[in-house]
Amino acid sequence: MEFFIQLLNGIQYGLLLFLLATGLTLIFGIMGVLNLAHGSFYMVGAYLAYWLARQTGNMWLAIPLELAIVFIIGLILESTLYARLYHRDHLHQVLLSFGLILIFEELRSIFFGDDVHGVPVPESLKHSIPLTSTLSYPVYRLFISATCLAVAGAMYLVIQKTKIGMTIRAGSTNREMVQSLGINIKLVYRWVFAFGVTLAAFAGMIAAPVSSVYPGMGSQILIICFVVVVIGGIGSIKGAMVAALMIGIVDTLGQVLLPEFSGVAVYLLMAVVLLWRPQGLFKVA
Amino acid sequence: MATTPCRFGSRRDFLKAAGCLTTGALFHRRLAWAQGSKLKIGLMLPYTGTYAALGNAITNGFKLAVAERGGKLGGRELEYFTVDDESDPSKAPENTNKLVQRDKVDVLVGTVHSGVALGMVKIARETSTLLIIPNAGAAAATGELCAPNIFRTSFTNWQTGFPMGKVVADRGLKNIVTITWKYAAGEESVGGFSEGLSKAGGKVVKELWVPFPQVEFQALLTQIGSLKPDAVYTFFAGAGAVKFVKDYAAAGLKGKIPLFGSGFLTDGVLEAQGEAAQGLETTLHYGDGIETPRNKSFREAYSKAYKGEPDVYAVQGYDTGLLLAAGLEAVRGDVNKKSELVAALEKAHIDSPRGAWTLSKAHNPIQDIYLRKVVGTQNKVTSVAHKALEDPARGCSMKKT
Repeated sequence: MEFFIQLLNGIQYGLLLFLLATGLTLIFGIMGVLNLAHGSFYMVGAYLAYWLARQTGNMWLAIPLELAIVFIIGLILESTLYARLYHRDHLHQVLLSFGLILIFEELRSIFFGDDVHGVPVPESLKHSIPLTSTLSYPVYRLFISATCLAVAGAMYLVIQKTKIGMTIRAGSTNREMVQSLGINIKLVYRWVFAFGVTLAAFAGMIAAPVSSVYPGMGSQILIICFVVVVIGGIGSIKGAMVAALMIGIVDTLGQVLLPEFSGVAVYLLMAVVLLWRPQGLFKVA
Repeated sequence: MATTPCRFGSRRDFLKAAGCLTTGALFHRRLAWAQGSKLKIGLMLPYTGTYAALGNAITNGFKLAVAERGGKLGGRELEYFTVDDESDPSKAPENTNKLVQRDKVDVLVGTVHSGVALGMVKIARETSTLLIIPNAGAAAATGELCAPNIFRTSFTNWQTGFPMGKVVADRGLKNIVTITWKYAAGEESVGGFSEGLSKAGGKVVKELWVPFPQVEFQALLTQIGSLKPDAVYTFFAGAGAVKFVKDYAAAGLKGKIPLFGSGFLTDGVLEAQGEAAQGLETTLHYGDGIETPRNKSFREAYSKAYKGEPDVYAVQGYDTGLLLAAGLEAVRGDVNKKSELVAALEKAHIDSPRGAWTLSKAHNPIQDIYLRKVVGTQNKVTSVAHKALEDPARGCSMKKT
């Protein structure tokens, strides 16, 4: 019984990791932009959830409002800053996005202070399902998993089955060719970027009730996001999903079975995968 | 100067007068150096990042103690040199050196993060600069690295864990699981707890560790649920504490397996923990509802001077001011009388809001540790868990200079 609960824990953690990392793999894989500020958007999402939930008193109302806000921030940042760096090398992008991390942290400190804040779980998802005499599973965690699965399914459909998805995939392979076919690739990129950071903010928002909001929360998830992206293969949504689930399960079982090595289990996994397939599990062509 | 015979009317008198003036000026300058020049205080604390709130509370507390003495300690005004240590141990030597070598501070005050504090300890030992640690609880600072010029006004991690062992065992809870971050503070706190527990007849059946600063607890909570111990002891702080307490309740463990912790589990984070923290019991050297006139007057003065209520960190900062004042008053502000200053600091009786304390031979407070219970948004003191608790200061051999 315990093993199955642990497996559930691992899958649940993995799904959340997928949601965190998928925006990063989109932006990195399709646009070739190394966005270190990805974690900051996760933080922005969480803090907006905290703030809007207090203002509106209703998380269901706060979610669409917030997604709109972050999407607009994404559009503005792309058009004013990131768009200038597409033809430069990654180091410039690293510098820019690192600067953004500092700016976001400072703004956070100014607007919200440096305390830890809790975000209440919505009333309708507050209960838990009893599993054993001592253990029960919070419904909200199952809700997170379901949401992540829904997002993954929707993204798969859009990217693989629609015309927009085809354009995005084509753009990632050959930017100039797509443009010469009369498609405004710059606009497509702008939307992809805004969508990618919105995904990060969305992850922060739905994770906020379990993780609470605190300074530096963005940088904490950034490294694990990159691990997911690198294992999965840069730019691959499918890869991100497989990698996130692998990491979730390895990390969870590692903590239980090999507690001495739980800190390095995930990185060990990354090293093994990269030795076996240096381009990641699912390299996009 | 009035007593000096400096009257002049002739050429010769003029020379005499010139001599008079110069010696007068010299004399004056020396006087100024001895009494008037400002005492340089180096505040090395976190002002950004996770511990920023703590750094500010300590600074506020310290400055309140100074303000209550008319802005002077030992008759000298203070000049502050402030460095944000960013809670980054790798920058600790450089930041400490800025204060010691460049600004030539007389006294170092810092810091919150244990790793950074140990970096400061190293340089304080090398340069024999007076260092007062207003928070970091790492055992080594008043253990194997103890030194005559290094003092602490807060606690050791051991001190916040040890008393809880007896409290738990005395309630008939004998088989305990511990869970904490795998780093110095967590290890030392759990170590103290285990020691107290086994002395009182209980035992730790399993130690669970989480890599620092990871906050994914679900796997280990499931394990606790299947181990079914009598109780759980934990050390977490800040965001980790918020998440752990909420996850513990959400996993359905709260109310089935009682949770105990060092006070940092519920300090400064109760608003964020909300319902999940209600009824939790922890041990710490401060808490809410200490009904002494001393504490009341401190709390009034603090909330008058700054926005908001003081917390344990503000008290530690305040006590740093009190300790330094006691030392400097004994030497009339002359920090060059090192051995007298150290002797005065060692002898100081600190009338603290937390209750009176003195320093141990290793320069760590000998203090009462309270048992507190979460009621609403307060950590209500319910009893004294251990009176006048002294850290064992293992590995400390103080060499007198």
